[in-house]
Amino acid sequence: MDYFAQQLINGLVLGSIYGLIAIGYTMVYGIVGMINFAHGDVFMIGGFIALITFVILISLGLTAIPVILLVVLLVSMAITALYGWTIERIAYRPLRHSFRLAPMLSAIGMSFVLTNYSQVAQGARVKPIPPFITGGYTLHESADGFVIQLSNIQIMVVVTTIVLLAIFTWLVSRTRLGRDMRACEQDQTMAALLGVDVDRTISMTFVIGAALAAVAGLMYLLYYGLVDFFMGFVAGIKAFTAAVLGGIGSLPGAMLGGLAIGLIETFWSAYFSVEYKDVAAFSILIVVLIFMPTGLLGRPEVEKV
Amino acid sequence: MTAKPATGITSLLKTAFINALIALVLFSLMVGIRTEAGSDGQLTYWTRFGELASLVGAVFGGSIVIELLRQWIGPTGAEKLVPPAVQSGMSFIGRYLTPALLIFTVLVPVIFYDQRYILDLAILVLTYVMLGWGLNVVVGLAGLLDLGYVAFYAVGAYSYGLLATNFGWSFWICLPLAGILAAFWGVLLGFPVLRLRGDYLAIVTLAFGEIIRLVIINWQELTGGPNGVSGIPRPSFFGIPLDNSDEGLAARLGIEYSPTHRIVFLFYLILALALLTNWVTIRLRRLPIGRAWEALREDEVACRALGINTTTTKLTAFATGAMFGGFAGAFFATRQGFISPESFTFQESALVLAIVVLGGMGSQLGVALAALAMIGGFELFRGLETYRMLVFGMSMVLIMIWRPRGLIGHRAPTVYLTKAEAISSDLVKEGHG
Repeated sequence: MDYFAQQLINGLVLGSIYGLIAIGYTMVYGIVGMINFAHGDVFMIGGFIALITFVILISLGLTAIPVILLVVLLVSMAITALYGWTIERIAYRPLRHSFRLAPMLSAIGMSFVLTNYSQVAQGARVKPIPPFITGGYTLHESADGFVIQLSNIQIMVVVTTIVLLAIFTWLVSRTRLGRDMRACEQDQTMAALLGVDVDRTISMTFVIGAALAAVAGLMYLLYYGLVDFFMGFVAGIKAFTAAVLGGIGSLPGAMLGGLAIGLIETFWSAYFSVEYKDVAAFSILIVVLIFMPTGLLGRPEVEKV
Repeated sequence: MTAKPATGITSLLKTAFINALIALVLFSLMVGIRTEAGSDGQLTYWTRFGELASLVGAVFGGSIVIELLRQWIGPTGAEKLVPPAVQSGMSFIGRYLTPALLIFTVLVPVIFYDQRYILDLAILVLTYVMLGWGLNVVVGLAGLLDLGYVAFYAVGAYSYGLLATNFGWSFWICLPLAGILAAFWGVLLGFPVLRLRGDYLAIVTLAFGEIIRLVIINWQELTGGPNGVSGIPRPSFFGIPLDNSDEGLAARLGIEYSPTHRIVFLFYLILALALLTNWVTIRLRRLPIGRAWEALREDEVACRALGINTTTTKLTAFATGAMFGGFAGAFFATRQGFISPESFTFQESALVLAIVVLGGMGSQLGVALAALAMIGGFELFRGLETYRMLVFGMSMVLIMIWRPRGLIGHRAPTVYLTKAEAISSDLVKEGHG
C-alpha cells in the first residue's frame, strides 16, 4: 500500500509535466488542426534555456533560490515563447492553406532542425545540474521501514502546474484573447469576418503553448536534474498521447490525459518492467485511438463530404 | 520618384533589423553560451559571442537578400520562371530520362568497377530508391501517411538475420519469408488504424515503429538487444558462394577472385529488387486494387459511397508497402552482415518519407531522383556530420514551403474524365490529400 502511494505521488508529478506539454499540442490542434510535431523539441529547448540561465545566475554569485527560480522561469518562458512564435512564422504560416500533409511534414523537418540545432550548439552530452531544491516530508513510515516521501521539488512541480492551469483557464475563458482563440477554433473565416485577427491569435496560441512547454522543461530539469538534446522526441510523443487520450482539442482533457499517462507509466515501471514503459505508453495511444478515438473529453469529429 | 525606393529600403532595413533582433534573442543563450559538464560533474560554461554575432549578421544579411529576391522575382516571376521553349525541352527530356537513367544505372558497375566507394554509394542509393518506392505505395498511391515505415525494414532485416544465423537458412529462402513476415506486420498495424485518418494515422504508425524498435532493444534473448545480430551470412549466387574458396563463383568460372565481385552482385541484386518493386507498383496501378488505392487517396468518403471496401484497400496497401520494406530489410542485413536497432530509428522513417514527398508522392521517377539527391546530398555533407541532420530538417521545411507537392509534382490519377468541368472552388478547398 505504501509502495502504491509512493508511486501515485511520482506518477502525478510526472503527469503534471506531460500535461503541461500536452496543452500545447491540444491548443494548436484545436485551432489550426495540425499536429505540431516540433512541440516536444520546444520543450527540450525550454529545458536547455533554463539550464543555461541557471548556470549564468549561479556564476554571478546569486544564492537566493526563490529569486533564481523566478528569473529562470521568466527567462526560459520568454525565450521559448519567441521560439514558438518564430517556428509558426517560418514553418507553418506559409503552409496554412496548403494540402493537409504539408504542415505535418514541415513540422517533422522543424523537429529535426531543433534537435540538431541544440546538439550542434550545446553538444551531445547529457547536461546535469546539482539539485537546487532539496529536502521533503516523510508522509508515512510503515512497520517494515518503507517510507512515503514527498519531496519539495515534487510539491513545487504540482503547485506550479496548478497555478499555471488556473492562469491559463482564466486566460482562455475570460480574456479577449481567449475568446478570439475559441472563435478561431470554431470557424476561422467567420472569426475573421467578425474582426478577429486570426494570424495574431494563431501566433499567440503558439506563444502560449511554447511558454507552457518551457515551464515543463524547467520542471523536468529540476526534477530529473539533467537535460539532453534528444529528450524532446519521446516526451513529445508521450504528451501527444496524453492529448489524444484526453480528447484532442480539449484543454482539461490534455491535463487529465497527462496525469493518466504519467500514472500509467509510473505504475508500469513499478509493477511490471522499466524497459517496456515506453512501449506501454505508445500501446495506450494505439488502444485509445481504436476504442475511443475522441478520447476522454473530446467531441466526436463528424466527417463531412 | 526618389521617395518610393527610399521607403522600400527603409522598410527593408527595418524588417532585416527586426529579424536580426529576434535572432539575437533566440540565439543569445543557446549559441552565445556553451555549457559542458566538467569532470567532477559540475557544469562549466564559456561564451561564444563571435559565433553569436556572425549568426545574427547572417540573419540580417539573409533577410535583406530574401526580401530583395521576393520583391524582384516573387509575385510576377513565379509562373514565368520556366519559358515555353524550355518546357517543351523538359518534356522531351522527360520522355527519354527514364530509359537513359535505367541504362546508366545498369552500366554503373561497368563504368565504376574500380571505384569501390561509388559502388557502395550506388547500392545505398538504390536501397533508398527501393524503400521510397515501397513507401510510395502507402503514401503516394493510397494516401496513408506512414511515419513508421522503418519498422517493416527492421522486421525484414531481423527476419533474415535471425533465420540465417539460427537455422542457417539461405538468403533466397529468407527473402520471400522476410517479405511475408513484414507484410504480416503491415496487416497487423493496418487493422487498428483502419478508422484513423491523416494526422492520427501518422502518429500511430510512428508509435508502432517505436514499439518495434524498443522491443528489439529489450528482447535481448532473441535479438541480442543493443548489440544487434552479427555474423549474418553474405548472399550466394543462387547457392554458389562469392568467396575465395574452390567452391566460389570465381574459381568455377575460372577467373581471378576479387572482392568487387560481391559488391557488383549486391548492386545487381538491389537493382533487381528495386525494379521489381517499381514493376509491381506500375502493374498494380492498372488493376482494380490500384485504382481503389488512388480513389482512397483522393476521397475516402466518396470511395466508400461507391462501394469500394476501404478495409481491404487499406490493408493491401499497408501489406504491399510493408512487403517491399521487408525485402529491402533482408537485403540490408545481408549487405551489412550486422544489424542493430540503431539502424532503425525514426530518422530513417523520416528520411524515406522525405524522399517520397520530395519526389512528388506518386511519381516513380521523382522518388528515384529524390533518393539520389537526398543520399548524394548526405554524402556531400559527410565531413560535416553534425550539421547533416540540421540541413536535412531545414531542407524539408523549405521544400514544403517552396514546393509542397514535391519537385516533380505530378500525381494525376491513372483514370480520369476526359472532359474538364468547372467546379466551385469550395468543393476542392479542403484539399484531401
